[in-house]
Amino acid sequence: MREWAQFSVEERGGRATVVITGPMLVSTIGHIDEELRAYDGSVQAVDISEATPIDTVGAWIVFRFANRTGADVIGASEQAEVLLDAVESCESEAAIIPARDPIFGRVTEHVGKAVLEFFSGVKQSIAFLGAVLVAFAGTLRHPRRLRLRALTHQMELVGVTSLPIIGLMSFLIGIVIAQQGAVQLQQFGAETLTVNLVGRITLRELGVLMTAIMVAGRSGSAFAAQIGTMKLTEEIDAMRTIGVSPMEALVLPRILAAVLMMPLLGFFASGVAIIGGAVIGDVMLGIPFLTFLARIQEVVPLTDFYVGMVKAPVFGLIVAMAGCYQGMQVRGNAEEVGLRTTMAVVQAIFMVIVLDAFFAVFFERIGWI
Amino acid sequence: MSEEEQTAGQEGEEAPFNWATAETIPSPIKITGLTNRFGDFAVHEDLDLEVRRGEILGVVGGSGTGKSVLMRSIIGLQIPAEGTIEVFGQDITAAEPDEEIGVRSRWGVLFQGGALFSTLTVAENVEVPLKQFYPELSQQLLDEIARYKVVLSGLPEEAASKYPSELSGGMKKRAGLARALALDPELLFLDEPTAGLDPIGAAKFDELTRELTDTLGLTVFLITHDLDTLYAICDRVAVLADKKVIAIGTIPELLETDHPWIQEYFNGPRARAAVATQERGKALDNKGSGKA
Repeated sequence: MREWAQFSVEERGGRATVVITGPMLVSTIGHIDEELRAYDGSVQAVDISEATPIDTVGAWIVFRFANRTGADVIGASEQAEVLLDAVESCESEAAIIPARDPIFGRVTEHVGKAVLEFFSGVKQSIAFLGAVLVAFAGTLRHPRRLRLRALTHQMELVGVTSLPIIGLMSFLIGIVIAQQGAVQLQQFGAETLTVNLVGRITLRELGVLMTAIMVAGRSGSAFAAQIGTMKLTEEIDAMRTIGVSPMEALVLPRILAAVLMMPLLGFFASGVAIIGGAVIGDVMLGIPFLTFLARIQEVVPLTDFYVGMVKAPVFGLIVAMAGCYQGMQVRGNAEEVGLRTTMAVVQAIFMVIVLDAFFAVFFERIGWI
Repeated sequence: MSEEEQTAGQEGEEAPFNWATAETIPSPIKITGLTNRFGDFAVHEDLDLEVRRGEILGVVGGSGTGKSVLMRSIIGLQIPAEGTIEVFGQDITAAEPDEEIGVRSRWGVLFQGGALFSTLTVAENVEVPLKQFYPELSQQLLDEIARYKVVLSGLPEEAASKYPSELSGGMKKRAGLARALALDPELLFLDEPTAGLDPIGAAKFDELTRELTDTLGLTVFLITHDLDTLYAICDRVAVLADKKVIAIGTIPELLETDHPWIQEYFNGPRARAAVATQERGKALDNKGSGKA
């Protein structure tokens, strides 16, 4: 049980005296603070000779009470005197949290800022694309400036190391499409068309799209976090001071790697998805595995393959651009790295899906149906 | 320096209130046979250390000698392989979680970077430990406590409503100190408080540490690389080397030992510069008091 601080009011020689007893520590203050705050009788003196031990919080409460009522503090020990002086010199009326604007002002300010940020963001990303193209043109004119080692390293990270996860994902997607498609098509007795469904949808749409989403989550985020951390540790500034362009050394290899690896990954994903579909065809529909694969060749037009392969490098560019751009925007503290990484992934996936819709209309118009 | 302290030095005046003799309480920290290992590598081996009540103990040692690990062991963040650590007479290493709470509220820790909670203002940071340990305190009192602790730590009062990201390095340290002092601790741990501060800021922080120690009756466990801090405010210095505390005492006492590291440390060019600074400071003080 804790012993709490208490007080009583006594009449001493015509002076109303508040006598505080017990330990006046932060751990034993209890409710004496509120009771003293609420006390509104007239007081001439505060006796703290029995308020031991005492700490700064206790001293603060005594000081505040004496100050408010205009009472004298009597019976203070040497220690209490020291503490009373200390808290007296530290009295402050400052605000605890910064003042906030009224809600109306805050909301409009927020919206306005968001709109402005959106436009400046668009402008900056176009400028970033320009800078990337300039750096690219530079390396075309002086091919020896291309960082081959960095490029192959990034190609390995973006491409080779993501093969298992993209393979597994695509295989499962192929299975799901074939199985769901077969159930629906069976109602028309057209289950053999499952082959068309799996072949066309994976090569044309899903193979590349799902790969782009996976690469955004895996590599786009890594680009943003790596470059962002390098910005924080001033590595990028150090590069600039010794004449190395971060665009050439960091951004270009990553973007080229993504642009080069995306078609390969997309094709790999489509192939594995078709294998997944063929497995289901064999198990559920009685279409032999090899027959399924042979039928793909007959029912899928070559344009479907082209559609996928045209989209893939563009998606790669978008994912890598978003990652590198957000990484280069990091300023200030470590929190920003996390924020920018999230933004890179969200932007990349969003842009990929928007562009995919545009591509769908575009290819339909030019007759690649 | 407060008026009181200056007059206290002169003969015939009242001596300052002596916290060390005010109560007889066992040593705040007593470490016996401490061994810390990371894998096969022992940072400490059979280390003994006793901190006296009311002193500022400076802990020095080369990089990698385990100064921070020692501090982390004492405050229970690092579980030692062997040995006992008694804080206020309670064995930290053997204490039950419930028992530990009683000790935790009696110390304050200032981490190297300040370690302020970044989503809270400075004042709210100070309120966190108070709310954690003493939920019965009213919000009004919490705010008042936070305000005077902020000023007590040498921050301007406007700093109370600022977020850590808006503070300079020196102000962050002071804000960290305000939070460390929130519970009126008896024991204060400072991990390189003056690292990264400019000389003026560092000297002011030293002065503040000394002042608070005298006013609040703190015992301070201070890890530092700063020779000026050692000379200016430490009552005793413990030297960590060879996985042990190889020497502990006042600086003149340490100078009498013939351990090569200690000799190099206190007789190097930087140490001589620190001594010179101290002497210049004293000369100025004398001049100042002469005028007054």
